[in-house]
Amino acid sequence: MIEPLWEVFVRSRRGLSHTHVGSLHAPDATMALRNARDVYTRRQEGVSIWVVRAADITASSPDEKDEFFDPAGDKVYRHPTFYQVPEGVEHL
Amino acid sequence: MNDLFVYTLRLGDDALISAQRTAEWIAAAPQLEEDVALGNIGLDQLGQARSLLQYAGSLDGRTEDDLAYFRDEREFLNAQLCELPNGDFGFAMARLLYFATYQHLLYDELRSSADETLAGVAGKAVKEVAYHVDHAMQWVLRLGDGTEESHRRMQAGLDALWPYTAELFESDPLVQRLPVAVDPSTLHDAWLERVLAVIDESTCERPSSSYQHTGGRLGRHTEHMGYLLAELQHVARSHPGATW
Repeated sequence: MIEPLWEVFVRSRRGLSHTHVGSLHAPDATMALRNARDVYTRRQEGVSIWVVRAADITASSPDEKDEFFDPAGDKVYRHPTFYQVPEGVEHL
Repeated sequence: MNDLFVYTLRLGDDALISAQRTAEWIAAAPQLEEDVALGNIGLDQLGQARSLLQYAGSLDGRTEDDLAYFRDEREFLNAQLCELPNGDFGFAMARLLYFATYQHLLYDELRSSADETLAGVAGKAVKEVAYHVDHAMQWVLRLGDGTEESHRRMQAGLDALWPYTAELFESDPLVQRLPVAVDPSTLHDAWLERVLAVIDESTCERPSSSYQHTGGRLGRHTEHMGYLLAELQHVARSHPGATW
């Protein structure tokens, strides 16, 4: 039997965000969480774990790369560093 | 031999022999994730065994390695439940449920022992073992309430091991007179309640048996113990004193 694939996210310590660390197989969410504990936090890597069924993730497709990401390439004015901050501006 | 040495050895041997059987699952479990889970559990058990055998050795002028590798079968005091061959995965999870639930109740009591070393080992181990109980429970529920085949195998594992459970709770003069020990007979009611709750929920039948095996605490073991020790001890005995 092929078990569903789960993506695992671990928060390494309080104050940080959960970060994707890998994936694993498990029959259900409860077992996925336990497997994640065993596979990805056995060296004290985390204080909190999320598991998400890989099938429930909607991902962008490599085919859409051009229209998704290229248009941002020449819009340097979207970066705050593009703007000169005038002398004397406070609270910025 | 003094009582504390023998008592510590019983606890340490249970942990050591269980660790050996659990470790046999590595690379043989149904999935990679379970290999790692059982590897972690086996290493927890081995860690407990090391602490306990070091302590026993310190009472007797021996090292943990002397006790693990250079005692013969009749000198091992583990319960027979721990030494039985692994069987299938249902059998393994039935054993882990029975044994870890026992260990959890035991260590929980032993935490308040007047012996600081035993209390310290128990305090650390009780958290590890709580996870072992949970892991076993998750699988017993899923296999018992799974397919027809998984139910049949889970029931077979629960039934086959039931006659080896009473030995865990045997009382004897040693535990009664040793003030720092936990008399295991005081744990049986709580154990039965917890284990039967899991079995009921798993839709398996409650096992029963009129016969109960015994003798491990006196060094009398099943036919499987010699083979287990041969594998556990042969490198250390072939190359005594070797280091790396």
